Amino acid sequence: MPTTRRQFLSLAGGATVAGTIPIVTLRPLEATPAMLNAAIRNVVGEAQIHTGRIKLDIPPLVENGNTVPLTVSVASPMTADDHVKSIHVFNEKNPQPNIGNFYFGPASGRAQVSTRIRLADTQKVVAIARLSDDTFWQIAADVVVTLAACTEEMN
Amino acid sequence: MAALINVPSKAKRGDIVEIRTLTSHIMETGFRHTADGNLVPRNIITSFTCRYNGAEIFRADLFPAIAANPYLSFFAVVKESGKFEFEWIGDNGYSSAASASITVE
Repeated sequence: MPTTRRQFLSLAGGATVAGTIPIVTLRPLEATPAMLNAAIRNVVGEAQIHTGRIKLDIPPLVENGNTVPLTVSVASPMTADDHVKSIHVFNEKNPQPNIGNFYFGPASGRAQVSTRIRLADTQKVVAIARLSDDTFWQIAADVVVTLAACTEEMN
Repeated sequence: MAALINVPSKAKRGDIVEIRTLTSHIMETGFRHTADGNLVPRNIITSFTCRYNGAEIFRADLFPAIAANPYLSFFAVVKESGKFEFEWIGDNGYSSAASASITVE
């Protein structure tokens, strides 16, 4: 049977879709540098880290790495039985991998914190939440920085 | 002390209120050098605590990656009128405190 133009196009389209999806979804978490991994393991220990539940709000492109607004939140009822114990924020390429540790309790009402951070380079920011059942949830975001913080000379 | 605190003055019982704090501090990272090559020593706020009528509701460990003049915003459930107390602790014996009252109806 001769291949019609319609069949050929639908096949080609299908192959493109199938080919691009793995590239988008298979961003391995192992690609983080050793210092970042060590800092995360310091907090998490040997526990498994799940993806999801936590939300990281940070601009994808910042002009000035000296003040980057950051909001981290977790959808949680914040009751005595089911709340977020802490949120830990890390970076990949600053001189030090830690950014901040934030501790909550049922009296917090909402597991959300906003602050302003410094980023020394275009890099990945990782946030990890520890829930009251001691499970860990993570999210990562890439930030492009055009003017770096921290390392410039001081007069 | 040079701190800006934003807490609603009134709330209904059981409300979740947003608390915003800003304090003035250089947050010197300890990774910068002067023009003649000397390292500028670290001078940051390392810890922030918020208590509501004596009970801790939010705490943060800060690192050099927190921007100068640290800003923090977070939430609290208010059950009765009372006082929020804020405390910043840092390098070289730095310590600063502030408080704000809320009326719960």
